Amino acid sequence: MEDTLLLDAIERYRNSEMSPQEITFFEELRKNNPEIDQLVVEHTAFLQQLEKHSEIKAFKESLHNTEHQLIENGTISIDNTKGKSTVVYLWTRYRKIIGIAAAIAGIVSISTATLVSRYSSQRQVKEEVQPLVDTKLSAVDRRLKQLETQINIASNQSQTTPSKPKFEANFRATGFLIDGKGFLITNAHVVDNARNIIVENRKGDQFFAKAIYADKTTDLAILKIVDTSFKRITTLPYTFSKNTSDLGEHIYTLGYPREDIVYSEGYLSAQSGYYGDTTSYQVNMSVNPGNSGGPVINKNGEVIGIISSKETNADGVVFAIKSKSIYQALKDINDSISIKLPTVNTLKNLDRMQQIPRLEEYVYMVKGN
Amino acid sequence: MSTESERALLEGLARHDASAIDTIYKENYSTIQAFIVKNNGFPEDARDIFQEAMIVLFEKAKSGSFVLSCQIKTYLYSVCRRLWLKRLQQYNKIYPSFELMEETVAVEEEIESHEKINQDFNLMEEALMKLGEPCKGILHAYYVEKKSMPEIAEAFGYTNADNAKTQKYKCLMRLKKIFFAQYKNGQ
Repeated sequence: MEDTLLLDAIERYRNSEMSPQEITFFEELRKNNPEIDQLVVEHTAFLQQLEKHSEIKAFKESLHNTEHQLIENGTISIDNTKGKSTVVYLWTRYRKIIGIAAAIAGIVSISTATLVSRYSSQRQVKEEVQPLVDTKLSAVDRRLKQLETQINIASNQSQTTPSKPKFEANFRATGFLIDGKGFLITNAHVVDNARNIIVENRKGDQFFAKAIYADKTTDLAILKIVDTSFKRITTLPYTFSKNTSDLGEHIYTLGYPREDIVYSEGYLSAQSGYYGDTTSYQVNMSVNPGNSGGPVINKNGEVIGIISSKETNADGVVFAIKSKSIYQALKDINDSISIKLPTVNTLKNLDRMQQIPRLEEYVYMVKGN
Repeated sequence: MSTESERALLEGLARHDASAIDTIYKENYSTIQAFIVKNNGFPEDARDIFQEAMIVLFEKAKSGSFVLSCQIKTYLYSVCRRLWLKRLQQYNKIYPSFELMEETVAVEEEIESHEKINQDFNLMEEALMKLGEPCKGILHAYYVEKKSMPEIAEAFGYTNADNAKTQKYKCLMRLKKIFFAQYKNGQ
């Protein structure tokens, strides 16, 4: 208790909130008690440190905002990589790697081909891995939905806005924007056999979407929002990692295991997936049906993977497709559709609590029937 | 640019004035990016380095010794050049002989003290992470947002300001302990 009083006194002394008598008393106390004096010095230094920290933090925040604005309105160009000098630089930087890569390309392409086919045939046979789509919207849930719909229809009858498409969804998963023009990525197993697909953002705006690409081997699908009410987004805050991430890296995801967006965090536990599948990671987090298609994000705000499935008979064993595969998928897509992945990461240097609100509006619920 | 307006910019910077930051960015960023891209870097590196340099300039502006011995432009360029050289060395990359685009000034001291500040910043950041909620929130509300004790008591659900105050001191003591423990480990 005395400590608290003393700390209080130190702070009031620093902020010059003391009366002249108090100041004299306080200074007298310091002079006569070396221990107290020591504590005052120490605590003052610490407070300075704390204030400095919050000041720099606030300054960084304003720098960030300015930068973001300037990028958004095009004052700062981000495409300087087109210059000739950069190409030369890239060449010199990667020349060695390209050489080695070319030499072993033959061997690798053969061995991965067998691996993938083995993997995919196994997946069809075994049921140990569970895709994370929530197909079990329960009977009660459905009844509730029906009621809700009826109420909505009843209350909407007077209004002229036939805004939201209404139909009964029988699956729910997650997807997120890879291009502000309205392209989302999710899992192929999510939109498998879906007749209608609807995506819904955090605010509850719903848009019709259609799958323009789905590959069962990589389990990736790309959706395009076809609704005219969708407004294109100029910049996305995250980027997609081309490298393989390290074991133990801290990661998190956002997804829709229920009707509201849910955050979950964990770490990277293996650089390969189910049965040594090299196109996936094994991660440890708590995810549930509905999380499929959600982004796996590292502390720099880079997307390193996409949640796809979890092992049913083991806890916390979740598989995520490496983000590298997205680049491959984009190559496979017809050239007539131009999808550009974001190149500027504005989440770097922010802590998680600041990253999430900047991110969540780009993570969508994918549902349909 | 006249020395008068440079001075105003620095004063604005010290106050976190958004328009001052905006102006400095607009006037200097493209030069720095061109420089870094030309010397083995990417635009992302340029943004990183430029931010660092802005913090160095901010420290300078705040220290009260407002009078820069040179223009902001020269100063930022010198700092960025130095920081970028250091980073290239760290990554063990062969760095090209820099073409000097313009004169530079000596900034060694500032960069050294900036590194110290950076270190302390990271230590405190880590300590705050370890501290967790609600302590982190309470300290933030008090020391950063400068909220009063009754306001904090209400926001965090304490019955009265005195309770909140006791809690605040407990949090502060814990933070201090974590911070100094890390500090000693780091030395």
